[in-house]
Amino acid sequence: MNTLFDKIWDAHVVSSIENGPTILYIDRHYVHEVTSPQAFNGLRTRGLKVFRPLQTTLTADHNIPTLHQDQPVQDPISRNQLDTFEKNAKDFQLPLFFPMGHAKNGVVHIIGPENGFTQPGMTIVCGDSHTSTHGAFGAIAFGIGTSEVEMVLATQCILQTRPKTMRITFNGKLNKGVTAKDLALYMISKLTTGGATGYFVEYAGEAIRNMNMEERMTVCNLSIEMGARGGMIAPDETTFAYLKDREYAPKGEEWNKKLAYWKTLYSDQDAVFDKEYTFDVSEISPMITYGTNPGMGMGIDQTIPTLEQVDEAGRISFEKALNYMGFRPGEKLLGKQIDYVFLGSCTNGRIEDFRTFAQFVKGKKKADNVIAWLVPGSRKVEKQIHDEGLHEILMEAGFELRQPGCSACLAMNDDKVPAGKYAVSTSNRNFEGRQGPGARTILAGPLVAAAAAVTGKITDPREFLS
Amino acid sequence: MEKFVKLTSTVVPLPIENVDTDQIIPARFLKATNKEGFGDNLFADWRYNKDGSPKDDFVLNNPTYKGSILVAGKNFGSGSSREHAAWAIAGYGFKVVVSSFFADIFKNNALNNGVLPVVVSSEFLNEIFQSVKENPNATLTVDLENQTITNNATGNSEKFDINAYKKECLLKGLDDIDYLLSKKNLIEAYETSRTF
Repeated sequence: MNTLFDKIWDAHVVSSIENGPTILYIDRHYVHEVTSPQAFNGLRTRGLKVFRPLQTTLTADHNIPTLHQDQPVQDPISRNQLDTFEKNAKDFQLPLFFPMGHAKNGVVHIIGPENGFTQPGMTIVCGDSHTSTHGAFGAIAFGIGTSEVEMVLATQCILQTRPKTMRITFNGKLNKGVTAKDLALYMISKLTTGGATGYFVEYAGEAIRNMNMEERMTVCNLSIEMGARGGMIAPDETTFAYLKDREYAPKGEEWNKKLAYWKTLYSDQDAVFDKEYTFDVSEISPMITYGTNPGMGMGIDQTIPTLEQVDEAGRISFEKALNYMGFRPGEKLLGKQIDYVFLGSCTNGRIEDFRTFAQFVKGKKKADNVIAWLVPGSRKVEKQIHDEGLHEILMEAGFELRQPGCSACLAMNDDKVPAGKYAVSTSNRNFEGRQGPGARTILAGPLVAAAAAVTGKITDPREFLS
Repeated sequence: MEKFVKLTSTVVPLPIENVDTDQIIPARFLKATNKEGFGDNLFADWRYNKDGSPKDDFVLNNPTYKGSILVAGKNFGSGSSREHAAWAIAGYGFKVVVSSFFADIFKNNALNNGVLPVVVSSEFLNEIFQSVKENPNATLTVDLENQTITNNATGNSEKFDINAYKKECLLKGLDDIDYLLSKKNLIEAYETSRTF
């Protein structure tokens, strides 16, 4: 009568502190350049080595340019951070190091799965809140701070308090024109941005089972946007088929052994969750956000809530958000002119997202008023875009492809949306200034982004689908 | 890590909900490779104009409000896991953050840097905001040993939760890595015993 979460958690408990946290063993540690330098410094100060180098995978993603990656990075502070990252990988003898330009480089939550590092039943951490992405494989995966990065580097363990469990079941089939991103934005709009704080979520139901791995990753990726410690989906044939023959996935006899174990990873029939929600996905339309947190979302053809529809306690924050966005309570956003489109990030920077976008814009033209940044999530995604001929379709429609990285999702590099401009973005956060100081972000899925890119305004993609 | 036992201080009120870590420290300041200097950029986009001059309407620029306790609206610290947010808060000089609700990762990050997150009821939070509005010199006392927070303006007090292990760490100024390193033998034994 265990949940999927219980089974994996219990198998990784090294010991428990009375009235305190658990020492949890970590199978895979992903490391990137921004949240790790202080942790490596900590190891140096204490005279420690990295305890399990082969369980540590490193990629540069947050702070790299998406143009001219073959040339030295211009910004000296960014360059120093990248050089420091390389020096740390070398000093601490970490062979799974994929710097900018490497064939396996890319956004950490994209390269992990695509190279087969992420596997069912694992515990996975990274100094990044979107580590929840890897839960799509039936793993316990969550984001950590830099002190915790240091802990894991030093001991391959972390001190964690056991979260509560939540199951969210999605019944039915998604309507035409509705993507996994829309499902997730819908869920967050219902649960709010803190609605799952303290919980680890399992996603279940027909709509989840019907999703491919890329779509499942999109859903799990956004778990943190409703505060959840992480999100996960029980592995099935879709999961196993995705993993088979990936470079770092088990092979031969080892594969068979692991597969037998992975097939035991599901929530038992009588498993009890601390909280359950059920949604009928046929009610979901393409979604957009109108405010400054991912919970402020609505169907693309709906109107922003009026002041009266908002809790009194939340009105100051609501008005502050709309003021920042330049929107009015009760306003409809369909037809609103936009300035930028961003396709990419650990949420929607996978090959499926580029297929969806390319298929939509095929035979159409990018609107003149739109600057579009199409940023593949990894070198492999980039290569596949070329191999599948998507690049030609995109070029034909007036789009250019940039090089892999986190890019305009958090705007640490030069990919910043100017103040006051509207960006329809397939990323994960519409916080004030997230895509550049003063930038106004409208979160959406790849189809809504594609429709905005070709019309220059907020457009319901269903208008174009026969 | 610095010890935390008991603190009485005036407060800085920030009655905004869902303050995310991108507001606490915007991403463009995350390029450093050490932990110093983040306090100067705490709440940078709310605190400074484009030219670097202070925005008069932001509470950190209002000399009426000062102290080492930050009091914020519910769901403080949501979003990115960046520990730089905790370094910025600690670097600015805050020792305690009070809210009715914290995001998980931020809470851990704060504790790992000697900053105590204190969860109070929404009624108590409103009372604090009210007291500070009436008198900016109103103080709070946070007593970790007894797990109490007192609004000295009204004399009202609330108990707050913290797990026993973390409390011990803060009271003694110890950190998690020291503890984990002392358990290396258990960790190695776990690795050897694994069957899957």
